[in-house]
Amino acid sequence: MTATTAVPNNPPRVKQRPGDRVFAATTRAAGYVILIALAGVAIFLTAKGLPALGADRNDLAGAANLAAYVWPLLFGTLLAALLAILIATPLALGAALVISHYAPRRLATPLGYVVDLLAAIPSVVYGLWGLAFLGPRLFPVYDWLADNLGFIPFFRGPASASGRTILTAAIVLAIMILPIITAITREIFAQTPRLHQEAALALGATRWEMLRLAVFPYGRSGIVSAVMLGLGRALGETMAVAMVLSASGVVSLNLISSSNPSTIAANIALGFSEATGLRVNVLIATGLVLFVVTFFVNFAARAIVGRRDRRMA
Amino acid sequence: MSSPHLKTNRPTEPTEASPMPATVTEPETRAPDRMSMHRSRLPHWAPWLVAVVAAALSALLSLTLGWSVAGWAVLAVVVYAVALPGWSRVVENSRTALDRLVTTLVWSAFAVALVPLVSLVTKVLVEGAPALSAEFLTFSMRNVVGEGGGIYHAIIGTLLITLAATLISVPVGLMSAIYLTEYGNNGRTARTITFLVDVMTGIPSIVAGLFAYALFVLFFGEGVRLGFGGAVALSLLMMPIVVRSCEEMLKLVPADLREASYALGVPKWRTITKVVLPTSLAGIITGVTLAVARVIGETAPLLIIAGSTDSVNMNLFAERMMTLPVFIYYSYTQPGVPAEFGQERAWGAALVLIVIVMALNLLARAVGHYFAPKSGH
Repeated sequence: MTATTAVPNNPPRVKQRPGDRVFAATTRAAGYVILIALAGVAIFLTAKGLPALGADRNDLAGAANLAAYVWPLLFGTLLAALLAILIATPLALGAALVISHYAPRRLATPLGYVVDLLAAIPSVVYGLWGLAFLGPRLFPVYDWLADNLGFIPFFRGPASASGRTILTAAIVLAIMILPIITAITREIFAQTPRLHQEAALALGATRWEMLRLAVFPYGRSGIVSAVMLGLGRALGETMAVAMVLSASGVVSLNLISSSNPSTIAANIALGFSEATGLRVNVLIATGLVLFVVTFFVNFAARAIVGRRDRRMA
Repeated sequence: MSSPHLKTNRPTEPTEASPMPATVTEPETRAPDRMSMHRSRLPHWAPWLVAVVAAALSALLSLTLGWSVAGWAVLAVVVYAVALPGWSRVVENSRTALDRLVTTLVWSAFAVALVPLVSLVTKVLVEGAPALSAEFLTFSMRNVVGEGGGIYHAIIGTLLITLAATLISVPVGLMSAIYLTEYGNNGRTARTITFLVDVMTGIPSIVAGLFAYALFVLFFGEGVRLGFGGAVALSLLMMPIVVRSCEEMLKLVPADLREASYALGVPKWRTITKVVLPTSLAGIITGVTLAVARVIGETAPLLIIAGSTDSVNMNLFAERMMTLPVFIYYSYTQPGVPAEFGQERAWGAALVLIVIVMALNLLARAVGHYFAPKSGH
């Protein structure tokens, strides 16, 4: 907390005017509206999702019960999000380091804006690009992987000719979460005390040693929570996956074949417009599962970052 | 305060007893120091030389093997990442070599991160520009099969729904931010709200859409689709962003201003409305504009609750309403027969959407830049 935040919230013994009371009550009410909205999400999804427990095979796409229906979707959601994190984290850390430490000072701010532009592009456009541009171009790579690294279960193949695989979806997700991780980590890197860095350099450390000795230890919790926030975003991202992935609802670790697990969010987006009756409740119940998972991921991430400082976007 | 203890994080190669501390602040930009006490260093143009050689070498190789541009770039970076640290290891020492390797990796990570942005923007420009015309922007898709038609209905829908979402979330968000900074006293309620607002920024957009559906199904019955539902869903996503940015901006207002106002006998609520808010207005507008830019491209909630239609619908409270993102999605995935017209319209709409989002971003930055109060200290 900086000095400017030390607002005199309670001027001693001020006369309470009606205007003050009304205004204070209004602002408090607005704060409660937000809490109510969050609670409302949980309550409404639960209320509309509960009937799905009684759904039969017709409404569950052939699955025996709700858990059997949700599990492959949850698996696909987690798989895509984890792959996306694995791809995005090194790139995001690199980009953040460029902006905070490597780029010349005059270049750093514009470069930061450029990375932020990635976050500005709507997810449906990412989906369009992944479907029409990236997927077909990744096919040769997948083909090569299937031919040469086919002994690894992830690349067993056969490679999907359209490139619409879970790996493509994960790459698109990685691009989408990269700006979030970059924005938070570069903020944290920039906050490292200058004296720590200069001390390391003065002791003869190279720039990389300075980063490892002074910057990373200081920002460790921030990096962890940034990655978790990215994970939360990747779990809930809908349109890119819905458009890029050609899903068949299997549980498979094969990342490059044409039969891929779907994700919860994509499954809802693809199925909702035609859903009627109990099928709607089933989809809402899966949405509740997604909400709970992302809520806890975000909760944990914010708790970690909150222990340090809560200046993160 | 827990400052990191440097001595517990010793470098992994402490045994390398260096007789002289090497001057290593900015190896690339400094001219080599000719004092005899210093170690030999690579000349400052070494990275450039290696880069040119690596590029030429891999160009030769990829031309002979018939590789694509991507293959050439990857190969060039690999050659560079091997050659420069290798050279440095011979002339300088292993620590500097590692430093040069990491510098290469960090910059290539940054470059890789930008490749999709460039590729995506060019792809959308190339595919979308031919679709743009006066007809495209002023006609709806009503009774259009095949060629022709436009996105007028989608633009109207996007504008109306986003406007409604802004009208819901800005008052609530701004007032909550005022509560958190001016009245919250950092007490338990304020801290809870702050924390939950942070958590709320991570709500998946599709969940917001499901919430709006579950809410409006109570009033309108099964299968409800209406534009206002989309606005509610979007405002759920927008509120936390507005709260966070307004809160940051209100905190930046110096306490002196408030105290001066109190000293003149101005009531607290007048101080907030007449002193604090005007001072932070530029920042608040920036934050709100960025929040609008964030939600205007949301697809999933609108797909669920606003639905899709081919006609113009000006009424937020009845019937389906087309929006740009949903239009893009349906025109590309269900383009009709023949497919190319629908897909061309999808790219055109994507271009329009990107232009809108970028314009909002630029506007926000411009407002923040030109109208920000100059800090007095």
